[in-house]
Amino acid sequence: MARRVSIARAATITVVAWMVGFVIFFPILWMVLTSFKTELEAFSMPPKFLRFHWTLENYAIVQQRSDYIAHVWNSIAISFGSVSLSMLIAIPAAWAMAFAPTERTRGTLLWMLSTKMMPSVGVLVPIYLIYRDLGLLDTRLGLIALLCLADLPIVIWMLYTYFKEIPMGILEASRMDGIGPVREVVFVLAPIALPGIASTILLNVILAWNEAFWTLNLTTSKAAPLTAFIASYSSPEGLFWAKLSAASTLAIAPILVLGWLSQRQLVRGLTFGAVK
Amino acid sequence: MATQQTRALGRILVAPSVALLFLWMIVPLVMTIYFSTLRYQLLNPGTEQFIGAQNYIYFLTDPAFIKSLSNTLLLVGSVLAITVVIGVLLALLLDQVFVGRSLVRLMVIAPFFVMPTVSALVWKNLLMHPVSGVFAWVATSLGFTPIDWFALLPMLSIILIVAWQWLPFATLILLTALQSLDNDTKEAAEMDGTRPLPYFFYIVLAHLARPITVVVLIQTIFLLTVFAEIFVTTGGGPGLATTNLAFLIYAQALLQYDVGGASAGGIVAVVLANIVAFFLVRLIGKHLDT
Repeated sequence: MARRVSIARAATITVVAWMVGFVIFFPILWMVLTSFKTELEAFSMPPKFLRFHWTLENYAIVQQRSDYIAHVWNSIAISFGSVSLSMLIAIPAAWAMAFAPTERTRGTLLWMLSTKMMPSVGVLVPIYLIYRDLGLLDTRLGLIALLCLADLPIVIWMLYTYFKEIPMGILEASRMDGIGPVREVVFVLAPIALPGIASTILLNVILAWNEAFWTLNLTTSKAAPLTAFIASYSSPEGLFWAKLSAASTLAIAPILVLGWLSQRQLVRGLTFGAVK
Repeated sequence: MATQQTRALGRILVAPSVALLFLWMIVPLVMTIYFSTLRYQLLNPGTEQFIGAQNYIYFLTDPAFIKSLSNTLLLVGSVLAITVVIGVLLALLLDQVFVGRSLVRLMVIAPFFVMPTVSALVWKNLLMHPVSGVFAWVATSLGFTPIDWFALLPMLSIILIVAWQWLPFATLILLTALQSLDNDTKEAAEMDGTRPLPYFFYIVLAHLARPITVVVLIQTIFLLTVFAEIFVTTGGGPGLATTNLAFLIYAQALLQYDVGGASAGGIVAVVLANIVAFFLVRLIGKHLDT
């Protein structure tokens, strides 16, 4: 008897959970489906769910747009460029704070965190003017530098919490065995630290890829990444839904995969270690 | 022993980060404060003039500011309420054992990884379009009249889009926290024969209090400056219906070229965000052992 009740309960939960998941995922699913329709069918009423004329023409058209590839490259350059740069600056800092903390480390970490709390819009005017005067508007370099600084607090914090978990005992043991500092870093520390470093890169690439305040305000065409390219579809061109969907699907697919891989790190990175 | 040396090395390694973040925070902020005291039109360079607090008086008494502030609070408050309430329920649901759990989990967290411009345009065109959107079709099938979402309920439309984007964040954090509710507590509650409702209120919600606070504070920081979703859908309109503080400052600076007014607005935004940040940093600091 009890068993039957629990089976019924499990079945209900399964059905409810799948329905909820479907509803939440629906906008993305619908966008992907629309990207395979003709423009006419994308607009049709009642909407066609699966029985429509499947076509790849939207993808072909988006790919053919000479500027599309340039926007993809801009997104790649800006997200990976800014994250690599922040890693270079952050790894030594996080390392030092995790392994040689001083009485000021705690204050420094919290101060770094507070810089992340500054709303971008509060410094939009000076940044815009500085960039205009330095000729950095609509350049990849300008965005890489900016996002590197904007990411830096999260990067340092994530690395710090990962490094902090490396047991000091391992270091002491290897030192007792008398290995030199170079071998210590290469053979002992790097293998333990690499997963944390990889997760940090992953989450921050995702955040940088989707960043849509600075990329919209500081680029116009040349350095515009995919966020800004998609925004150009916002002008009232109702008959281009299928192409908008195709471009959007291409823009989010790689990040969706990376995001799914990094869901654990997401919690840790975005709560600054307050929830693990 | 080596501590003296280690400390010196540590300082050298931390210095670049501190210096860069200091510059990144202080230089623009000081410039914003300075600009906010000037009459400064981008189109008339060279005519800048010190006018004291006039930009603030102008900005703070501008009906547009009051409207944008109330829009900002409405947006932040509604999205927080939606994401926390549904987030708790979703976390409880995903914490159960059922077939295909990891797949459902992937579907639920997916919206977080969609870039804001994409989610806003997909919602506006494919879902909320009054004639050809899926919502219109659902409404018609159920015998209702379709709504022109962005014309009639522009703010609600923005709220729905932003809530959809942030729901995964709340869910994922609350789910992570829920999974750390240890089995001993659960078993003890079961042995005591705790009923579901008291169990939920006294044990689950009590356990989730801190993660919920974290979710609220972090989301508030981001939600105070929602921009792209408004930029690509309504452009702040109709009228000022969807203009929040971030969008008002943007419009003042880059559409009306009023550097002084926009800077005053920027400082107001910084002050607002700092009120939230104060509590957030304290909360995180409490759980940081260096």
